Amino acid sequence: MRLITHNMLQCHVKGCNTNNFPLELSEIEYELQETEFNPQFLRNFVPKLEWDALVRTAMKLGITTLPDKLPDTPIQEIDEKFLKDLHRVLLETHIQQGRMTCPNCQHVYPIKDGIPNMLLNENEV
Amino acid sequence: MLLTPKLDHLTAADYEHIYEPAEDTFLLMDALEKDVDLIKEQVKPSICLEIGILTSPLIIVILCTDINPYASQITLKTGKQNAIHLDPILTDLASGLLPRLRHSVDILCFNPPYVVTPSEDVNSPSAIEKAWAGGIDGREVIDRTLPLVDELLSARGIFYLLVISENKPDDIRKIMQERYNFQSEVVLSRLSGREKEIILKFRR
Repeated sequence: MRLITHNMLQCHVKGCNTNNFPLELSEIEYELQETEFNPQFLRNFVPKLEWDALVRTAMKLGITTLPDKLPDTPIQEIDEKFLKDLHRVLLETHIQQGRMTCPNCQHVYPIKDGIPNMLLNENEV
Repeated sequence: MLLTPKLDHLTAADYEHIYEPAEDTFLLMDALEKDVDLIKEQVKPSICLEIGILTSPLIIVILCTDINPYASQITLKTGKQNAIHLDPILTDLASGLLPRLRHSVDILCFNPPYVVTPSEDVNSPSAIEKAWAGGIDGREVIDRTLPLVDELLSARGIFYLLVISENKPDDIRKIMQERYNFQSEVVLSRLSGREKEIILKFRR
């Protein structure tokens, strides 16, 4: 699971509707897999990101290359260094194993062999 | 032209656990290919979501949800084999993605379980049966998905849905028009044995 995917997942346990994002990572094993750098894609994607969640999640993995706040510059003028750092975090950091815990209801979603498991038991849906 | 995905990493043993790509899979791919200019030039997608994995090598972030763990693992391998990255998520339809992805998905594709079966088959413990059993009129899973389409699709997004004539495509189009104000058209249709397969396309 890449961090871009993590940035889109939230808890969906029945009745758990607030403070259920981002899911907190723990017991993580991750690896870096290089992929082609596409600055235009990243520029288009920045508005769809939950930035605070991404920065906080990256910190959990010990990655401190992202700024706390998004640069003020218009998206089309964002510098390449920033985009390269973002590329690394978002698209090249792959979580292989671990757990994602809902900050609200504490439900644990496992990540196994690179795949997040968001399935719930019938009584939780 | 879009290349047919390489599938030679899959074996007969895999097809005991997952639905083997068949005419319907390729019809959906043909529909995407037909619209490739529209998708690239007008929709300019950044998030694509495939419910029930199909694999369209068009877009950069391809979230692929499936309720079958085996299918999710195969998706990772299929991505690698075809030198693209797919992001499989083990879940039911789009559970765990809403409301985070509300009105954010640019291309949504669904090859649903569409075969007309008794209602109880929809919740079969067999993953492979779940992949095709559609219940009454083959519509039970499709109907559960339609409200999600309205939640997920971005303003310029497109939803591609594969159905067969037994699913009453005109009724599906009417529901999408009346409840959610979606325009629709038939992109492609093909006779496969006795089954008439149809690709419907919906936009706001």
